[in-house]
Amino acid sequence: MKFGIIIFPGTWSDRDCHYALSDILKQKVEYIWHKETDLSEYDCVMLPGGFSYGDYLRSGAIARFSPVMTALERFTAQGKLVIGICNGFQILCESGLLPGALLTNDNLQYRCQWTHLRTENTSTAFTSQCQKRQVLKIPIGHYEGRYYADDATLAELEADRRVIFRYTTATGKITEPANPNGSMNNIAGIINKKGNVLGMMPHPERACEPLLGSSDGNIIWESIIASI
Amino acid sequence: MPVSKEILDEVALSQQEYQLIVEKLGREPSEVELGMFGSLWSEHCGYKHSKALLRQLPSRSKRVLVKPGEENAGAVDIGDELVVVMKIESHNHPSAIEPYQGAATGVGGIVRDIFTMGARPIALMNSLRFGPLTDAHNRYLFGGVVGGIAGYGNCLGIPDVGGEIYFADCYAGNPLVNAFCLGIARADKLVKARAKGEGNLLMLVGADTGRDGLHGASGLASRTFEEERELRSTVQVGNPFLEKLLIEACLELAETDWIAGMQDLGAAGLTSSAVESAARGGGGIEIDVLRVPRREKGMTPYEVMLSESQERMLVVVKKGYEGKVKALFDRWELRSDIIGCVTGDGIARILEGKKVVAEAPVNLLTSSPVYQRRVKKPEWLNRLQDFDANSIPDLSRKNANSTLLRLLASPNITSKRCVYRQYDHQVGDNTVVLPGSDAAVLRIKGTKKAISLTTDGNARYCYVNPYLGGIIAVAEAARNLTCSGAQPLALTNCLNFGNPEKDDVYYQLKDCIAGMARACRELKIPVISGNVSLYNETKGEAIYPTPVVAMVGLIEDVAKHCTSGFKNEGDLVFLLGDSQTIGSSIGSSEYLEVIHGITMGNPYIDLEMEIRLQHCCLEAISRGLIKSAHDCSDGGLAVALAESCLVNGLGFMSFNWKAEGRMDAALFGEAQSRIIVSVAPKSMWKLEKLADRYHIAATRLGTVGGKRLTLKGYIDLSLKQLGEAWWDGLEKLL
Repeated sequence: MKFGIIIFPGTWSDRDCHYALSDILKQKVEYIWHKETDLSEYDCVMLPGGFSYGDYLRSGAIARFSPVMTALERFTAQGKLVIGICNGFQILCESGLLPGALLTNDNLQYRCQWTHLRTENTSTAFTSQCQKRQVLKIPIGHYEGRYYADDATLAELEADRRVIFRYTTATGKITEPANPNGSMNNIAGIINKKGNVLGMMPHPERACEPLLGSSDGNIIWESIIASI
Repeated sequence: MPVSKEILDEVALSQQEYQLIVEKLGREPSEVELGMFGSLWSEHCGYKHSKALLRQLPSRSKRVLVKPGEENAGAVDIGDELVVVMKIESHNHPSAIEPYQGAATGVGGIVRDIFTMGARPIALMNSLRFGPLTDAHNRYLFGGVVGGIAGYGNCLGIPDVGGEIYFADCYAGNPLVNAFCLGIARADKLVKARAKGEGNLLMLVGADTGRDGLHGASGLASRTFEEERELRSTVQVGNPFLEKLLIEACLELAETDWIAGMQDLGAAGLTSSAVESAARGGGGIEIDVLRVPRREKGMTPYEVMLSESQERMLVVVKKGYEGKVKALFDRWELRSDIIGCVTGDGIARILEGKKVVAEAPVNLLTSSPVYQRRVKKPEWLNRLQDFDANSIPDLSRKNANSTLLRLLASPNITSKRCVYRQYDHQVGDNTVVLPGSDAAVLRIKGTKKAISLTTDGNARYCYVNPYLGGIIAVAEAARNLTCSGAQPLALTNCLNFGNPEKDDVYYQLKDCIAGMARACRELKIPVISGNVSLYNETKGEAIYPTPVVAMVGLIEDVAKHCTSGFKNEGDLVFLLGDSQTIGSSIGSSEYLEVIHGITMGNPYIDLEMEIRLQHCCLEAISRGLIKSAHDCSDGGLAVALAESCLVNGLGFMSFNWKAEGRMDAALFGEAQSRIIVSVAPKSMWKLEKLADRYHIAATRLGTVGGKRLTLKGYIDLSLKQLGEAWWDGLEKLL
C-alpha cells in the first residue's frame, strides 16, 4: 500500500508524518504537491498540520480551494482512506468532507501539550487495532481546535458513533480540565458517514517513539495498514 | 558645515564620524550614501563600541567551522557530516514600541540568519526581560511579546524549546527580547553569505519593499529613544507565512549549485545585506533601485536602500542560472527580481535607472570606527558589592515554609509553563526533553546523538558584579547542559547594555565581557556568534547589564540523556558540589531581593571547582549512575529540591541535613557549582567514589518518596502547596 502526504504552502507536519510512516512504520510514502490533480496511485492520503496559507482569513479556508482538493473529493468518493490532522482536519471541515467547524480555543491561546484521547469506536478503519476505550497519549498543537457543530449534527455524530476520539484524563474520564480547547463533548476526532475520512486535532505523528514521550500514535497507522 | 545636526541625528552619526567620511570619500556624501554610512556604522551593524572588547572572547575549537562575523551565524561540527548553525539576536527596541510585531519579526530575523546558510532551522529559544507585572503596561508588553513569538514561530513549524524570562524594574521602559535559532545542515552544503564572482546576479526574493522599518539599525538599535509615537513606523510587520515559503524555497535552492551565495535582509535592509556580502566576497556590487519591487508609490532611493521590510532574501545567482532559480521561486509562489550584479571594482554603486545615487568603496562602508576607552570602576559599584549579610536578621525556622512558597511563586522562579505551552515545542519530531527542565534536548535523526540547548544570564549578578556575573552566565549555561548529559560545544551571546558612551555602562560592558571570556577559556567553550544591543535606557536610566548566553551541547547517545525531575521512590538524593554554606551566597540572590528588598552583595562562584563538578556530573550521567540532575541556581537548594519534586510529583524526605551557618544562606543562598542528583541505592557507592575522584563533595541529602517536601526541622510542605505556588505563580500575575 502507499501513503500520500499533501503539502499546501505553509504545511509543516508533512515531514513528521513522513518520518513516522517511513522511518518508524516502514511504509511507502510520498509527498503530494497541492496542485496535483490525480491521487489514484495512493491508498491513504494525509492532510498534515501546519498553517496552510498562513491560516489567513480562517484556518483551512484558502487551502480548500487548492486543485488537489477536487481530486481528494473523487478519492474519498471511491471509499479510499483520508486522514486530516490538525490543519488537515480544519481543511476537511472547510471543504465539507467532514461536518462542523474548528473555532478558536476557548482559552484564546495556542496550546502545545500532551493530551489523552479515549478511543470511542474501535470498529473503524482508523482504530481497528485499538482496545475498546483505549486511552492514547498524543499531543496537540493548535490555536483553532475547538470542535463545534450545530445540535442536529452533534446528535447525529454521537448517534452514529462517529466521534472517534475524546479528550479525557489519563484514566479515560471525560472532564472539563482534560478538554484543552473547549471542544463540544470533548471531541478530538470524528469520521464521515462513510467511515473513510478521519479528522483529528491531536498529532499522532508526534507520538511515534517512546523517546519522544509516546508511541501511541502508531496504532492509528497500524489500523490503517491492517484495513487495506 | 553643509549638514545639520538634525540630519546627523537622524542617521545616528557624530560630527567627527561625518568628517571622517568626508575625508575618506574626498567629498561630501550624497543623501543615500549618508544613510548607508549611518546604518553600517551604527552599533548594530558596525559594533563600534564593542568590537575591541569582543576580541577577548575565544572563538576557536576543533569543531568550529566559521569565524565570528564571517557568516550570518556560527557553525559547529557535530560529527556524522553534520553541522549545527546558531545565533541569538536582540529585538529589544522594536518590541518596546510594538511588542507583538517587534517580537514576531525578531523571530523572523533570526530564523533567516540560519536558513540563509543552508541549514534547516530545528529549534528556537527566547530570553526575555520585562518590568514587574504589577504594572499594566508591562503586562501589555509581556502579552504582546509572548503572543508575537507564538504567532510567528508556530506558523513556521519550528519548535520553541526553551528560554528564560526575568523581571526587574530596570526593564519597565525597555524590555529585552532576544531570539535564538539553531539549524542543522550537511557540512558540504553550507551556503556562504558572499557576493562573489564578477557578473553574477543579485536577486531579491520574497516580500516587496515598503517604508516600514526605516532607520531600524541606526535609529532604534543604536541609540536611546523616548518618543515612541514617532518611532512606530520604524517597526516592521511580519508575515510568517511568507517566511515559511522562503525557508522551503531557499533550502531547496541550497541543494543546487546554481548560486554563489545567499544573504538575508535584516537590520539596514538592502544596504547591509548587499554591502556586507560584497565585503565578504572581496568585490563590489551594483544595484538599480528601480528594479526593486515596491509596496508603495513614490519611494526614494534612500528609502529603498534602508527599508527593513521583512521576509526578503538576497540571492547571488551564478550567471546563466537565473531562469532556473526564478522557476524554483515561482513554484513556491515567491516573487523574485534581478536588481543588480556583482562587480569587481570594490565599489558599492547604487543607481536609480541611469543616475548614480551612491558610489562608495565597500571597504569604507564596512570599516566603521572602533572606539575603546579606559574607564574606572564606578564608586556606586563598590557600595553595591560591599554587603554584610549580618546586617539583616537570619531566617527563623517558623518562616522557612512561607519563604519557600513566596520564592516559588516569585515571577523569576515560578514555572513558565503558561508561556511555553503557547509555543509549539514538539513539531519536528525531535524534542526529547520539553521546556521546563534545565536544558532542552533534541535528538538528531539518523544518528544516536542529541543536542542540548539552554539560555542563561542572571542580570542581577551582573549589575552587582559585572565580572562575576559574566563568569556565572557562561558557567551556569554549561552546568545546565551538563545536567542534561551534554558536553558543551559552543555558545552564542547577546549583550544587552545601556549607552556605552557613558563611562559606567562601558565599564559594565568591559568587565562583563572579560568575565565571560575567562569562563569560556577555562571551560573551553568558544563563542561562535552573537549580537550586541546597546543604548537600552529609559529616561537616562540603563537596564541591568544583561549578557544572555545561549549554549549548545552534544549528547553522544540520546538514550543516556538526563532530566531534572526525581524518578523513583526510594532513590537517594545527593548534593554535588560544595556542601558548606557560604555565608556570602545570599549576595544578589532572589531571596535577598524578594524577602528583604535588597539587591546587593557579590554572587559566589569557584570556577575551578565548577569545572570539576561539571566533569564529574557528566561522567556520572554517561555511566548511567544517576537518574536526575538539577542545577541549584535561582532560589538555592530549597527551590531546586522543590522543582525536582514537582516535575514528576514525587516528594523528598531529608536524612539529617542541617543548616551550617546562616539558615537563609543554606536554604536559599545561590552559591554556584552545585547540582542535585538522585541515584538508585545500588549506585550510591559508585557515585561517591566518582565524586571523590573529582574532589567534589557529595552530600547525602535524603530520599525520594511520598507527597511532601520535608527538610526536617526546616521545611515541611505538601507537593500540592508547592505546586500551587510554582506551577501557577506566573499565571496569577497576568
